Amino acid sequence: MLSRTADNLYWLSRYVERAECLARILDVASRLASLPAAYGGSTNEWESAVATAGCVDAFAAAHGEANEKTVTEFLAFSPDNPSSIRNCLEIARTNARSVRTALTVEMWDAINGAWHDLNSFDARGMSREEFARFLGFVKEASLRFDGSAYRTMLRNDAYWFSRLGVYVERADATARILDVKYHVLLPEKERVGGPLDYFQWASILRSVSALTSYHWVYRESVKPWLVADLLILNRQMPHSLASCYENISRYLDDLAAFYGRQGNSQRIARTTLTKLSNARMEQIFQSGLHEFINNFVADNNRLSAAVAEQYLV
Amino acid sequence: MTAYDEMRTAAGAVRPAYSLLSNWLGTVPKDVLDYRRREAEFIFRRIGITFAVYGDAAAQERLIPFDIIPRILTQREWDRLTRGLIQRVKAINAFIGDIYGKREILSAGIVPEELIYRNPVFRPEMNGKPVPHDLYVMIAGIDVVRVDENDFYVLEDNARTPSGVSYMLENREIMLRLFPELFIDHPVAPVDNYPDELLATLKSVAPLTASGEPTVVLLTPGIHNSAYFEHSFLADKLGVELVEGRDLFVKNGVVWMRTTEGPKRVDVIYRRIDDDFLDPLVFRPDSELGVPGLMSAYQSGNVTLANAVGTGIADDKAVYSYMPEIMKFYLGEEPLLKNVPTWRCREPDHLSYVLDRLDELVVKEVHGSGGYGMLIGPAADKNTLDLFRVKLKHDPSNFIAQPTLALSTCPTFVEQGIAPRHVDLRPFVLTGRDKVRIVPGGLTRVALKNGSLVVNSSQGGGTKDTWVLDR
Repeated sequence: MLSRTADNLYWLSRYVERAECLARILDVASRLASLPAAYGGSTNEWESAVATAGCVDAFAAAHGEANEKTVTEFLAFSPDNPSSIRNCLEIARTNARSVRTALTVEMWDAINGAWHDLNSFDARGMSREEFARFLGFVKEASLRFDGSAYRTMLRNDAYWFSRLGVYVERADATARILDVKYHVLLPEKERVGGPLDYFQWASILRSVSALTSYHWVYRESVKPWLVADLLILNRQMPHSLASCYENISRYLDDLAAFYGRQGNSQRIARTTLTKLSNARMEQIFQSGLHEFINNFVADNNRLSAAVAEQYLV
Repeated sequence: MTAYDEMRTAAGAVRPAYSLLSNWLGTVPKDVLDYRRREAEFIFRRIGITFAVYGDAAAQERLIPFDIIPRILTQREWDRLTRGLIQRVKAINAFIGDIYGKREILSAGIVPEELIYRNPVFRPEMNGKPVPHDLYVMIAGIDVVRVDENDFYVLEDNARTPSGVSYMLENREIMLRLFPELFIDHPVAPVDNYPDELLATLKSVAPLTASGEPTVVLLTPGIHNSAYFEHSFLADKLGVELVEGRDLFVKNGVVWMRTTEGPKRVDVIYRRIDDDFLDPLVFRPDSELGVPGLMSAYQSGNVTLANAVGTGIADDKAVYSYMPEIMKFYLGEEPLLKNVPTWRCREPDHLSYVLDRLDELVVKEVHGSGGYGMLIGPAADKNTLDLFRVKLKHDPSNFIAQPTLALSTCPTFVEQGIAPRHVDLRPFVLTGRDKVRIVPGGLTRVALKNGSLVVNSSQGGGTKDTWVLDR
């Protein structure tokens, strides 16, 4: 397959996944921001949404204060923010057009349809209700694209590159959520979760669509260290770092078997997966949650670079 | 000027090939047609069949209007047309080979030398260079029009990178989807084997140095090209890689493509990119669309370009006027398809004739295409006529003129209901080493405006499905 095609497929999936992730971040921020002040504490949810989306500097350059209006505009619609939902879908569709031949009709239909529908939403003066509908639309577009890929693509290199994009992006997103919120997950404070904490923890779970899953896995009230366990080590949870790396490693192995050649990306993926498999939450808390997450982000970036070097150029 | 209508005789009787369709049109309610037309438009937009209009930033992706009433040709009409097309393309290939070879037609004084040597699409780089299997034009789109019961005229030969075949295929798909009942009553010859025929043609012209199973690619200028949809559509149907210039490189006189498994050798390039942009080392140095070194690999005989470089000299509109003589010269045959009488403004007596009758004629630029820069005398206002008078006097050799033909009409679904509109037809002729392949059908373009003779999509024309009845 053409390297450029592989590159386009990989980034197409990354951008669709990123759009969905942004939609969830905005959903959670709206929910927290709409809580009565007594439950909201002093943290500014809109600031933390910008941080979770990974665009603090770009936002600061474009706007002063982070509030509902500026943040939703910047993260959802801004043409100047390269990672706004609008731009993600725009870039995804451009990539899709470039690799039409590598997509199934259903995938093209999903992304092209989403791109057309996107233009029917008028960003200016959008009511809260309309905005909620917009976020729902983004999540559905991603589900439809992802589902089309899963159900209709041949299981060959095109599929594996497309899957890799999903999981590398997802690992990155989960890691950023953890990075921004790690302080509320630290167990040593041993707070008896007040209402504020409960909503913070629940919001983290919601941002990776795992609030219900949490209860099924732990059958307990929401505890911060269990939230951390779910997002980092629990392989049952599709957004956890461990689950992402299980998939990344698997698809890279498929590629290696298909091409009959191993490389750097397979080695990095396996090492990272082994680290996640052997880790225990207590250890991670002991040696520092923040440091652990930082290391993970660095590993994930190295992997992404290795994939690019090995296959995409 | 009354045009020949393909459905009805001048007396109003329905021609036999159209009888079932005409009955059906008589019974189907207008809102059903309207509903299906909108459905067709929706499907086209969803699958992304759009085209870009140059110089129209606001409507970067536009839909070519699709008319849901098919155009019908009988088997007899089609057979006659086919014979004429094969003959014409054979002569075109012989002519190009001669021009870049012995130049006998120039020595014989049949085509004037300066028409070739001073022609911007003439490629001296091709002089004396053999091309694989002596084939230059493997994919031709010959635009034909009808003016009466028996005669097809060739309006234009497209010997470079003719487009439109994706519409032939998609229009049929849509018709099958929207009007399955019509196909039960009509024995319509299928067209969906076109990609197979094209692939067989392309593989047959692989260079002799290629491996047993030659690697074919389709080279596109990229997603900003107006025909990009067609490029990706065809690559998909052919099952070949859709490459851009940056995906290819040349090493030791061989063309390679960059793949996830390392470099892979390329044998045949179906290029949908103009000569000018193919290789920055030989042609336009500022081109980023091409592949540096491609021409040297080509000249070493290690890769086949389809179509060959320099085929533009055969579809030049001034050379067009010599086609009857060209066919006689190489084949010793009278042309089966007529040429439209053409005045070459480069010749002073032709020019003065054209200037005298400008309001009756169609004036075209010699290298124009897509209906740009064209004058339709009878439809033009005084200012436009004056402007063209100045243009013609200033640079006569850039223009040709032809009588305004009464293109045949076909029933078309327009706002007012069903009405006759002018049409043309572009069938596609595939020439391989082994044989010539023509799929029964083509792209019918229709001028949707009442009375308009301009069918080009860039000028508001639409398309129709073209049925050749197999009986």
